[in-house]
Amino acid sequence: MTATENAIEARNTVKAFGQGTAAVRALDDVSVTIRKGEFFTLLGPSGCGKTTLLRLIAGFETPTSGQIWLDGQDITHLPPNKRPVNTVFQSYALFPHLTVAQNVGFALQMQGKPKAEVAQTAREMLALVKLEHLADRKITQMSGGQQQRVALARALAARPKVLLLDEPLSALDLKLRKEMQVELKRLQLETGITFVFVTHDQEEALTMSDRIGVMSNGKLQQIGSPRDIYTRPVNRFVASFIGETNFLPATLQGAAARLGSGDLVEVAGGEGRAGAVTVTVRPEQVRLVPPGEAGAMAATIRDWVYFGTDTHVHLTLADGAEVVARLQSNPTGEAGLSRGAPAGLRFAPGAAQVLGD
Amino acid sequence: MSISEDAAAARSVRNAWALSAPALILLTLAAAGPLLIVLVYSFLSPGKYGNVEWVFSLDGWRSVLYTKDIFDDSLQLADAHLTIFWRSVKLSLLTTGITFLVGFPTAWFIATRPPRARALWLFLITIPFWTNLLIRTFAINEVIRNEGLFNTVMIKLGLFSEPLRIINTDAAVLMGMTYVYLPLMVLPLFAAIDRFDMRLLEAGYDLYASRWQVLRRIILPIVKPGIIAGSILVFVPSLGAYVTPRVLGGGKQMMIGNFIELQFGQGRNWPLGAALSMSLLIVVMVALLVYVRAAGKEGHGHG
Repeated sequence: MTATENAIEARNTVKAFGQGTAAVRALDDVSVTIRKGEFFTLLGPSGCGKTTLLRLIAGFETPTSGQIWLDGQDITHLPPNKRPVNTVFQSYALFPHLTVAQNVGFALQMQGKPKAEVAQTAREMLALVKLEHLADRKITQMSGGQQQRVALARALAARPKVLLLDEPLSALDLKLRKEMQVELKRLQLETGITFVFVTHDQEEALTMSDRIGVMSNGKLQQIGSPRDIYTRPVNRFVASFIGETNFLPATLQGAAARLGSGDLVEVAGGEGRAGAVTVTVRPEQVRLVPPGEAGAMAATIRDWVYFGTDTHVHLTLADGAEVVARLQSNPTGEAGLSRGAPAGLRFAPGAAQVLGD
Repeated sequence: MSISEDAAAARSVRNAWALSAPALILLTLAAAGPLLIVLVYSFLSPGKYGNVEWVFSLDGWRSVLYTKDIFDDSLQLADAHLTIFWRSVKLSLLTTGITFLVGFPTAWFIATRPPRARALWLFLITIPFWTNLLIRTFAINEVIRNEGLFNTVMIKLGLFSEPLRIINTDAAVLMGMTYVYLPLMVLPLFAAIDRFDMRLLEAGYDLYASRWQVLRRIILPIVKPGIIAGSILVFVPSLGAYVTPRVLGGGKQMMIGNFIELQFGQGRNWPLGAALSMSLLIVVMVALLVYVRAAGKEGHGHG
């Protein structure tokens, strides 16, 4: 591992707020490596420490212990204005007394760049976010979506080594948010800058990221690609925070697990473990088959909910454990479904996963 | 709009006038009235024992800037008047500057306290208003005069061999006015800083601004309305200050307010006093217009 391949390295960082016994650990021994040119997302519920980690990288906070490295250099105690890192704030924090172009040119101006270069870069950056025609507007005359773009252009103008984004899309309405997701991804690919993106929105994380770090209670629970995180969650928190899922108590028997209902299912992730575990399987990996089919689990249909593209069918196994199956909706009606009717269940091959604690 | 709505609108306008009538009448009588009297007096001749004689004369206005030579009636610039004018302007500007330099950190400190502590600090700022200005000024006099608290302590401690003469100097007047007008600077500054979005500070640091640049490029331009308001509130009454220069400046370090009083008292030249008052009013109005215009043009109004 050469240092130059890593944009950001957090080494055993701890951040405690308050003192003595009342101290709260917002970050509890977090270590993470973010590669150059990567779109890395910190995902977690509010209060999980993701924003604290971002603020440590930006330099607004100093870790209680541990280090932050940037591009092979220890920047733990460098003030924010000395770090080649810029932030897109959740509130945008645009300067209300400056025009759009002046906001975008601010960083370069502070670095003492010549006027012509500042103006030129501001123009380029505004073109990048498609706002060049509004360069002379006041910030207060811009809509939320436009302010968002200005904030992006402003943070990118000085070509930082790492761009930090603190829930930048949370104030936008759904349609605009979708547009900006595509826009952000495009900007990241065009500029090649490392993006560290903080969000509590799992869909946002899954669609945009190269890798995701899932956080909870000040700890990193799992780091991996969106597919890894979704299909191979390491624990109950990750499995339930990202997407919907079924949890079934089971007992490990070699490479298989015996569910509470007595059915035996093939599972992944059970290596080196034994005894009582929890098995998870995503609803879309549950197949409904005719009752009594060989190898299928016996189940009873309880209810179903129509969602448009798909229909969620709620079933119970022999022991009363509940399983949700997500089926593609039938255009002509819920053919074959009736409450209380018996049905057969199968899990798609490789879909069932044994969880850690 | 229907007829009944028209009538209702007309009635509400009438009601609004009726409700504001007491204040309007009071303002007219108490502000415009005396001002008019002063304006008229400035064009009359002085009476022998004060008061005025109803004879039109421009002597009052001429005497603002010129003195008539007693031998050949030639006009000469009244150096004494100009000195007093200049001292008034100089001391007022200095007072405004010092109250800003002292008041800004104070206002910042208060605005960044938790809400409860903030109320307490603001309360403390207003406490001096509870005591009469004259008494407070005499209290300062008591502290800084030659046999006063400060000099006595310093001499007893052996730090001074003789008392430091502060009283009856410009410095004493400046000290007194800074003390008296400081709250008038702090309060509008506080109001402006309180509205300031502190998250902009982080944005500034993040974008490579030093602490000085953050102050200069972000904080000051955004709280400028507060700075303008505070400066006006301090500068205008400073220019017309009467009690402070009288008590702390002695007879010699006169400011324009004392000089005007002199004309109505021992000077027995009411027209000159009236003309001086009007001159002061005009100077203040022009200064304010220029100041606000300049401040508004350079900045981009916020909030």
